[in-house]
Amino acid sequence: MKPKETAEHFILSSSPHAHAKSSVSRIMLDVVIALLPTTAAGIWFFGMPAVWTIATCVTTCIVTEALCRLAMKRDNTIGDLSAVVTGLLLALNLPAGIPLWMAVVGSVFAIGVAKQVFGGLGMNPFNPALAARAFMLISFTGPMTTWLKPFWWRTPDAVTTATPLATMKTWFVAEATASASPHGLCDKAATGIPCLWDMLIGNMPGCIGEVSAIALAIGAVYLLVRKVITWHIPVAFIATVFVYSLIAGGAPAMAQVLTGGVMIGACFMATDYVTSPTTAKGKLVFGVGCGALCMVIRQFGGYPEGCSFAILIMNSVCPLVNRWTQPKPFGARKK
Amino acid sequence: MRTVKSNFKFKGGVHPDYNKELARDKAIETLPLPAELVVSMSQHLGAPAKCIVKVGDFVKRGQLIGEKNGFISVCVRAPADGKVTAIEKRPGPTGGKADAVILDTTAKEEGSGEQGTGNGERGTGNVLPPLDWKAASREDLLKRVEEAGICGMGGAGFPTAVKLNPPPGKRCEYLILNGAECEPYLTADFRVMLERADRIRVGVEIMRKILGQCAVRIAVEANKPEAIAALEKAFADIEGNVEIVVLPVLYPQGSEKHQIFATVGRVVPEPPALPIDVGCVVENVGTVAAIADAVEKGEPLLSRVTTVSGDAVAEPKNILAPCGTKYADLVAFCGGEKGTPAKVISGGTMMGFAVPSLEIATTRTTSGLLLLSKNRVFQYGSGPCINCGRCVRACPMNLNPAEISKAVEADDIQSAEVDYHVMDCIECGACSFGCPEYRTITQMCRRAKNSIRARIAAEKAKAAAAAGK
Amino acid sequence: MTIAIVVIAGVGLVAAIALAVADRYLSVKEDPRIGMVTAALPGANCGGCGFAGCDGYARALVAGTAPNGACAAGGEACAAAVAKILGVEATATERRVALVKCCGTRSEAIRVGDYNGICDCNVAATTAGGDKGCTYGCLGYGACANVCPKGAISISDGLAKVDKRLCIGCGKCVKACPKHIIELVPASATIHVLCANPDKGPAVRKVCGVGCMGCHLCEKNSGGKEAGHFTFQGFLAKVNYENPPTDEQIVAKCPAKCMAADPHFESGH
Repeated sequence: MKPKETAEHFILSSSPHAHAKSSVSRIMLDVVIALLPTTAAGIWFFGMPAVWTIATCVTTCIVTEALCRLAMKRDNTIGDLSAVVTGLLLALNLPAGIPLWMAVVGSVFAIGVAKQVFGGLGMNPFNPALAARAFMLISFTGPMTTWLKPFWWRTPDAVTTATPLATMKTWFVAEATASASPHGLCDKAATGIPCLWDMLIGNMPGCIGEVSAIALAIGAVYLLVRKVITWHIPVAFIATVFVYSLIAGGAPAMAQVLTGGVMIGACFMATDYVTSPTTAKGKLVFGVGCGALCMVIRQFGGYPEGCSFAILIMNSVCPLVNRWTQPKPFGARKK
Repeated sequence: MRTVKSNFKFKGGVHPDYNKELARDKAIETLPLPAELVVSMSQHLGAPAKCIVKVGDFVKRGQLIGEKNGFISVCVRAPADGKVTAIEKRPGPTGGKADAVILDTTAKEEGSGEQGTGNGERGTGNVLPPLDWKAASREDLLKRVEEAGICGMGGAGFPTAVKLNPPPGKRCEYLILNGAECEPYLTADFRVMLERADRIRVGVEIMRKILGQCAVRIAVEANKPEAIAALEKAFADIEGNVEIVVLPVLYPQGSEKHQIFATVGRVVPEPPALPIDVGCVVENVGTVAAIADAVEKGEPLLSRVTTVSGDAVAEPKNILAPCGTKYADLVAFCGGEKGTPAKVISGGTMMGFAVPSLEIATTRTTSGLLLLSKNRVFQYGSGPCINCGRCVRACPMNLNPAEISKAVEADDIQSAEVDYHVMDCIECGACSFGCPEYRTITQMCRRAKNSIRARIAAEKAKAAAAAGK
Repeated sequence: MTIAIVVIAGVGLVAAIALAVADRYLSVKEDPRIGMVTAALPGANCGGCGFAGCDGYARALVAGTAPNGACAAGGEACAAAVAKILGVEATATERRVALVKCCGTRSEAIRVGDYNGICDCNVAATTAGGDKGCTYGCLGYGACANVCPKGAISISDGLAKVDKRLCIGCGKCVKACPKHIIELVPASATIHVLCANPDKGPAVRKVCGVGCMGCHLCEKNSGGKEAGHFTFQGFLAKVNYENPPTDEQIVAKCPAKCMAADPHFESGH
């Protein structure tokens, strides 16, 4: 006969018994909120295809995660909203006009292969959205490098184009093009490069989320204020890109920063917790590495855009960066 | 004497909800003597005292009932008159069992007069002869601190007589009074500083005599302006290099190493180094007041102020109670429970111990008793580390709690020790505080440290056995 | 084309000669008995003998720095085979298996708190001494199950149980238990007292419905003190495994229901 238990049962746990009001879902929600300006800008410029792409990616990611967890006989984690964030980030890194079935394949890859196979949130070595983007770039190169022009529905005969990066890539090549690089940036017709204002607000061809620098900046500031990210990676990344292009010549540094995936990569992709270093020093090294690799690929590599691959390469060396940038304990003796 | 702002800020730290307003303005009240006291032989850091009374003995208030047992040990004295009804192992707040003397304070010895005015109040009934600290020698003062059974009342309980007697070659340059009280809910030290500032002053004079001339720094957090004012008044005309240093409100400002850094800018090296190695001695303000009473009034350390607070207790109070009072008696004095407490904590919320019952008794180091309802309590989870880095930013010892927790999960204690310096961890809880996955990081650090300590002890035993052969 | 064939064949020939020379002149001389003893050992690499894997124990055996019969997993047959290889006397050892001396499941023994933390007995024991009312009993968080190399320990209803058929007697669970209530007992013994609480009867009753109360009935029913089948530690009965009781009736007669006569003890009672 089991003896009578005492009326009061208290919780027994280790200290601390106080906790900040932080949770993973709250953090992910903050990221989604930070991406709302960018999403709105993308839909504004690219119309309904952007809406369909975003909806498809987010839904597929959530469903894939739920099914994977079921198959793995683990707890259902869609409540932590990380699948939503991955879906949204993947969509923002795709051209608006991408065929929806490709978006589905990419989303399944992002969650199924790049995340759940490793064990789920916290275990993946690569940023899932970027891994999926790289997978799609290699598998569906054509559709992944054809972009809708902003407000394409107004001029139906010239709907798709390349991004300004393709043009800018040629300017690395020779002195001869020095005369062709504009100093003011508003001679669109002559150079094929949008002017500075257009680059800032996003009136240029590109992936849904990478075009509007101002919208991205607003989101980044929100994340900094909410203490979701620290300034180290975005500043290091963007500064490296800026300084590199000043030294290397070619397109103006501002153009290099504002076009391609640098803004979204520095603020939202490279700052992914799981795949970036934990210490401040590590984050700075990581940011500089991403920026340098991005520019090297842009200048010497086969692709006009190097951001995704740069971040993926830095993801792979992140454990090493972590190891090299361990903090020194308070009171540690000098060896 | 002047009041200055701290010049140094340690890296890391967190800002928990302090909730000190629950008990802040409650003056210290004396608990009526409970019918039964459970006096543990292990109320301090070091070897438990050796019990020298038997069941059935009648003891008087202040009588020695446990002898100091070794170098790092403290004696135990009866907190009140009474009869020893049992001597048995009782669990303390950490769950560890130690011998305890169960005293029935209502029992009267045949032929004796009225029950002594034990009552837990200081100054009633001199047990040891009062000393004039100005005339007494350093050795007499030290002996008095030892006889009075004084140990650090801030929480660790280190024998004060040992701390105030540095080994030859090590000199104390700064005597630092720890009035930070950075733990949430606790206001005991605050009330002691407010109401007993004059005793603290006497205590400082005595300690300066024991330690030799040294500078004095009284560290108080900025959220205690009334205490600062009271201390300024009490120390206004004191001679020598004395300063009140106002520290920013940051947890764990009260940690010994961080307090030394914040007040005088010195860094205590990794263990086995101690604060005396950088010329500093840190003592809790309650301990300092106890030293004053022990010397001037001959009053041993028999009772202390404990903050009983939380949202599941009817009237939070700061209570002066004998060391050995059952938690249930303290809660009853505070009007009983309000609703159903979900958790009972001995100490503060950041480093205190969750206890399973209110039958556990206070010791010399019990600074707080918290009863928290379900709304103030959270559940730890078992999610994976997402590398967000909040714990790394919070760690005041500049360690990498994320990596330590991952190493412990993988059972790689060696990596935690060698690569991530887990033995430097002070178990303050700042890492687990901010973790979005609600991981038990602090518990994992403790697990690693216990495992390492056990291994070192086993190696030492093996070496001793081999040497003995 | 011909040149390619000739070159590749030549490289192959050179490599073959080099390997043959290396094998003859650069090989590490090793006692052939090490390989034979390793083959005779069960190959579980459980570490129960105290060495790093079967290979480590084999080397120590051949070097003469380890006693034969330390391999609990291999048992008598293995000890005999090893003795034959080394040319020494075989020492008889009896198979031992682990026994968790507690039957206080969550249904029978009270818990005094709701433990919330790392699911490990050693860690739980450091948090307020564990959440079980009986401070001597099994906490059921699986420290033993986690270290068992054969998966012989399972946790059900907050209590650990060893499956005798899978246990190899390596002793890892004995070291892992923070309450020290796992004991290696002879595999042939069938009657056991599943309790480790030496406190007085009323104190045990307060915290567990199936704890040993020290009534001595088991001793009386098996021939009394002179028969010597039981010893007592405080108010706790302990089976004397050098001279174990054999009458399974005494299990049914135990008023506390804390004894077991199950030959496999995969289900405690």
